[in-house]
Amino acid sequence: MIKIENLHKSYPVGKDFLHVLKGLNLTIKEGEFISIMGASGSGKSTLLNILGLLDEHDRGKYSLNQEEIKELNEKKAAILRNKFLGFIFQSFNLISYKTALENVALPLYYKGIKKKERQQLALEYLEKVGLKDWATHLPNELSGGQKQRVAIARALVTKPKVILADEPTGALDSTTTESVMDILKGIHAEGMTIVVITHEEDIAKQTDRLVRLKDGIIVSDELMHNKTKS
Amino acid sequence: MKFLFESDTWQEIYESIRKNKLRTMVTIIGVTWGIFLLVTLLGSAKGMENSFNRMFGNMATNTVFIWGQRTSMPFKGFQENRKIRIKLSDIEKIKNEIDGVNFVVPRHDRIGTLTRNFESADFTIFGDYPELNDVQKKNLSYGRFINQKDIHEKRKVVVISEEIYKQLFQKGVDAVGENLLINNINFRVIGVFKSGKFDDENSVHIPFSTFQQTYNTGDSVGWLMITGSPDKDINQIEADAKLLLKNLGSVNPKDPRAFGGFNLGKEYIKITGFLKGMQFLTWFVGIATLIAGVFAIGNILLITVTERTKEIGIRRALGATPIMIKRQVIMEALSLSLIAGVLGIISGGLVLIFIDKKYGQGDDAALVNPSVSISIVIIAVLMLAVLGTLIGLIPANRATRIKPIEALSDE
Repeated sequence: MIKIENLHKSYPVGKDFLHVLKGLNLTIKEGEFISIMGASGSGKSTLLNILGLLDEHDRGKYSLNQEEIKELNEKKAAILRNKFLGFIFQSFNLISYKTALENVALPLYYKGIKKKERQQLALEYLEKVGLKDWATHLPNELSGGQKQRVAIARALVTKPKVILADEPTGALDSTTTESVMDILKGIHAEGMTIVVITHEEDIAKQTDRLVRLKDGIIVSDELMHNKTKS
Repeated sequence: MKFLFESDTWQEIYESIRKNKLRTMVTIIGVTWGIFLLVTLLGSAKGMENSFNRMFGNMATNTVFIWGQRTSMPFKGFQENRKIRIKLSDIEKIKNEIDGVNFVVPRHDRIGTLTRNFESADFTIFGDYPELNDVQKKNLSYGRFINQKDIHEKRKVVVISEEIYKQLFQKGVDAVGENLLINNINFRVIGVFKSGKFDDENSVHIPFSTFQQTYNTGDSVGWLMITGSPDKDINQIEADAKLLLKNLGSVNPKDPRAFGGFNLGKEYIKITGFLKGMQFLTWFVGIATLIAGVFAIGNILLITVTERTKEIGIRRALGATPIMIKRQVIMEALSLSLIAGVLGIISGGLVLIFIDKKYGQGDDAALVNPSVSISIVIIAVLMLAVLGTLIGLIPANRATRIKPIEALSDE
């Protein structure tokens, strides 16, 4: 599903360049539930941005769904994001003046789906995350856990190939963390590829595969044998 | 351009506008105010114009009044301070020799006493030809004006004003056909007119020939009303007529006092010039305010685009292409401009209705039917649409420069 080879990325800092990713190699197969861990500054967010087509890599190769990503313009990136990727952010990133339902339906709008179908699909996914009754509520009327569940529904609604979650539980307390993780596990059980970026050991341990990043280099890549646990 | 007709596009804009009411209000206030000013001022100017037009309505405006006075210079053996009278025979000469003259109407007037039964009062008696109607249309409520037959037969007939009718007649009595005395001579009423700005309410009209006989005026004329065709310069006509009259009356052509005159055309041009100036000023102020208002919309959208960086970033992450974002911002600018315009037009219209109710009623209202024509409204709205779109380009470009990665970073 995702294949990166010798991936490099650096940012200009003043006159110098900050070399963030120093030749990463990683293959993620379809249906994997993988977590990428690292301290801040390890390059995990940069990696996620590149995987999410929000940023471009300097050198190396990145293929998403057997398609090599290169010479992306903004328009192409937007279409690919809409088609293949679902995002879950630490700070939820819901649009504050839109209801839960409208937030979930928004990616479908950019996909060019008719309104009626949009509403129906969005409601279906809200139901999946257990928030059907909250469809008409604005984000500020929802708890943190509920907001993140709306965001998950929004990420899923376009039936993407990969879900990219950036610290999905970073802003949640332990009980809501658990419920959000349960939902992610449930999606994974249905065959979705999920990439979680986190710095929490507990979260990483709930995934199937753990990749540790340090100073822009992958230091370990291990399979977790905890499938029975969930 | 297909997106223009998709309800989704508008839905998205409607949501964005409706859910941010305060922002919307602050944004549109400038344009609303501009259009409001334009509509109210143009409407009021139109009302004033209508009022002037009504005042001059029954009057041929390209008209000059000329009468004889006393000479101030000796000429051809005549001493100065000689009384000059215009003669009836001069009229044909003026008509024939001066270019562009449509009508020359001679008139006489004297104060006379009107008596009916036991009521009597002093009024102005005019001796008139039927042609007066061509220059200064009489608004008759009953009966008719003087005709050629009256002139020819020197009939003792009179046309009175409504005010005089009220003073001398019982309410409900049909005045036409009734008799009254003018200076103890019996006259029959043939018509009642409604007085306007240019004819005195305390006046009656009798045939010119009857007047000549009654007051023994011979072939002299009280004064002349000379009307030029609308495309002719009335000042030139006045000068030509005076020169001709001086010639005919053996008056020094340089004598400034021998003939008096009142140039209505000149006054009319002054007033219409003032009105035109006011309209120009209104357009100027209105359009300047509009442009300022549209810039305000662009400015506030620019600020809100920065403020909405996050929202735009989210939309981009969810698959909005740059053109979609651009389109939305431009359409928001356009919609805001149009909403503002429509609000301004409606509120301006309401104020005009209020002005009409308050100041536009009655015969001597200062503003008559203050209104703005549909074409002006359409032009204003089209202008807003164009300006709104153009100004929307600035924040739209800013919006597309926002990179989703920067917008979404939590730091």
